[in-house]
Amino acid sequence: MSTSMEGNAEPAPTSGGDRVLVVDDDRALAEMLTIVLRGEGFQSSVCSTGTDALSAFRSYKPDIVLLDLMLPGKNGIDVCHEIRAESGVPIVMLTAKSDTIDVVVGLESGADDYVIKPFKPKELVARIRARMRTYEDAPPEVLTIGDLTINVAGHNVTRAGEPVFLTPLEFDLLLCLARKPWQVFTREILLEQVWGYRHAADTRLVNVHVQRLRSKIESDPESPEIVVTVRGVGYKAGTPA
Amino acid sequence: MTPSARDVARDAGTASLRALRATTGLWRRSIQARVVLGTMVLCSIVIGLLGWALLRQVADGLVDARTSVAVAEAQAGFENSQEELDASLVSATNTQSQVLSALIDNITSRSGSLRSYEVVLQGPLSANGKVGPDAGTRSSAEIEAAAIPASLTDAIARNTRTHWTYTRLELTGPTDAPPAVVVGTQLRLPTGNERYALYYLFSMSDQQRTLDLVGRALLSAGVALTFLVAGVAWLVTRQVVTPVRLARRIAERLAAGRLEERMHVRGEDDLARLGQSFNQMAASLQKQIRQLEELSRLQHRFVSDVSHELRTPITTVRLAADVLHDARGTFDPLTARSAELLQTQLDRFEALLADLLEISRFDAGAARLEIDQVDLVGIAYRVIDYYSSLAARQGVSLTVVSTGGSAVVEADVRRIERIARNLVVNAIHYSGAERVEILIAHDSDSAALAVRDFGVGLQPGESQLVFNRFWRADPARERTRGGTGLGLAISAEDAALHGGWLQAWGEPGKGAQFRLTLPLRAGDEVSRSPLPLVPRTHVPLGAVKL
Repeated sequence: MSTSMEGNAEPAPTSGGDRVLVVDDDRALAEMLTIVLRGEGFQSSVCSTGTDALSAFRSYKPDIVLLDLMLPGKNGIDVCHEIRAESGVPIVMLTAKSDTIDVVVGLESGADDYVIKPFKPKELVARIRARMRTYEDAPPEVLTIGDLTINVAGHNVTRAGEPVFLTPLEFDLLLCLARKPWQVFTREILLEQVWGYRHAADTRLVNVHVQRLRSKIESDPESPEIVVTVRGVGYKAGTPA
Repeated sequence: MTPSARDVARDAGTASLRALRATTGLWRRSIQARVVLGTMVLCSIVIGLLGWALLRQVADGLVDARTSVAVAEAQAGFENSQEELDASLVSATNTQSQVLSALIDNITSRSGSLRSYEVVLQGPLSANGKVGPDAGTRSSAEIEAAAIPASLTDAIARNTRTHWTYTRLELTGPTDAPPAVVVGTQLRLPTGNERYALYYLFSMSDQQRTLDLVGRALLSAGVALTFLVAGVAWLVTRQVVTPVRLARRIAERLAAGRLEERMHVRGEDDLARLGQSFNQMAASLQKQIRQLEELSRLQHRFVSDVSHELRTPITTVRLAADVLHDARGTFDPLTARSAELLQTQLDRFEALLADLLEISRFDAGAARLEIDQVDLVGIAYRVIDYYSSLAARQGVSLTVVSTGGSAVVEADVRRIERIARNLVVNAIHYSGAERVEILIAHDSDSAALAVRDFGVGLQPGESQLVFNRFWRADPARERTRGGTGLGLAISAEDAALHGGWLQAWGEPGKGAQFRLTLPLRAGDEVSRSPLPLVPRTHVPLGAVKL
């Protein structure tokens, strides 16, 4: 039983934009989001409980998920974990809490980015577009960083032939560092180049995602060798092995 | 490498100094040590005095007894000797010399095999009582002439009574001389008027031995008693000191936040009552703190709930207003204007809500720092970049004046940047100046960022008021310029949360300066600032135009 308004509906055949799954229990806000997204050329579907979110995700196959953290039934953190377990689809959290602990918990559960309520429609759309940048036209390029091989066009990362599964965001982050291994990236520069933020001071995003990336690619995340911390400045790629 | 003598001496010196310091430290800190040491010192003084007096009495008693026995025995000996002399006949074959030698032998033999005295015969004495030039000395043993004091010799020469005194029994040869009593008198030979002095010397070595024994016994008893008393003092003070130490430890734990700690109370004595009072105090403290914590938690919870409950509908309103605002070209003029007003006032409402929630978070004690390495110079340039278009519209030039390069502090970058933005936007908006400078400096302990403008400045007294919530220098004028009136209040809270300062200076017509001072290391407190609050000169030095 789905309580979502359009949860299992097929996308309207008339619209052909990217598909956004909105998971929010506030009906007015969900409807308003639908209106705004349609105005920006997206298709959208709404799911209003946490318990139905995963099935809605599986049936709708969205390109991006907007996820409220406070949901009836199952909270957004758990939903985030479930979706992340089976897909790297970008997830943007909608949160009413700006306390560090709430933001960090959300990011650690697998969200790529977050927007704090209340937000401006343009802000939200910018976040969505930043997360849906595609590399379809990327030239064939193979980079190495540490003992990893990055196939840019193929959008995959391998270690000694074995694939390493990264979310698109983690891939972008790794690629950004690997393209200029001589450069030390400050958190602000990474926020601009990977997340598309300008003038953003919230470096928690970078810290959390670097930790997540390290847990996937480093042989010992406690003493990283591929994504190296430059104390007081930021991060840089480790020297190729 | 072998340590030189000086090194060894210095090491020994430092070691003894350390030992001395440890001892004085123990003396200062431990009541128990003080009581035990004090008791030991007093006890040894008292026991010493008592022992000395006791020893004196024993010695006097022994000597008196020995002297009276000696004098009586000598007296009897003298009488016998005089009688023997009177009865002896001096002849050619029995010379005077032989008579005297026989006398000595007889006296000696009378004392038995265990001879209790020695005998000395001096003479003949001359007419004036002195020992004559042809006088000789006969004795039962090799006794030094010095063993008989001159005062006694004189006294005996003067009259015929018996005299006695103390001396030492000095024998020829390297033997130690025990104390002795010497008793003497005159003997008269029946032939002629020749007088001889006869001395009995009684050794007191037995008495000396007894006295030594008593002295040693007293000394060991005294030492043992001193340590015994010290031990008792240690036990007794421990009874008092242990609960006090326990109370100290419990108090320390309470201070460290373990509010459930209590003293173990037993009995009804003073210490038990101390424990009871202590526990009552702890319980009352715990209750108060719990209440405050609960209050703070409730307020934090309330703020969080309000925050969440308000934010969702406002987001919807915000989105709707934006849609209307974007579509206002298709509306009639009145509706279009309404959409614009809705949009701008919604901005103001959002800003106010955000600031109110932030202030509530400070009030509830829920604000937490996200410590990172923050370069104040980098922040200054970012803020200038952020406000470049606003500054250009207002005709204000923004410059960064940094002395000493990058100033990296351990701080919450979000909060520090918020403070810097706040100060800069205030300077652009309210100062009416065409130039705003951001000054940065640091020393070994702290770093400072100051925002200086050359505008209207502050009235006297206003430099304190600017940090008050909703304070406005000119209410009629400034409300039109936006701003929530909470910006500087939040900045001051942010600075305090870092253990830093946010201070203002201003003079009418000379501009104003807001100075943020932060400790380099998180958790430290600022004690001085590398930048002066009141600018040294009102003309900028070597300003780098951006």
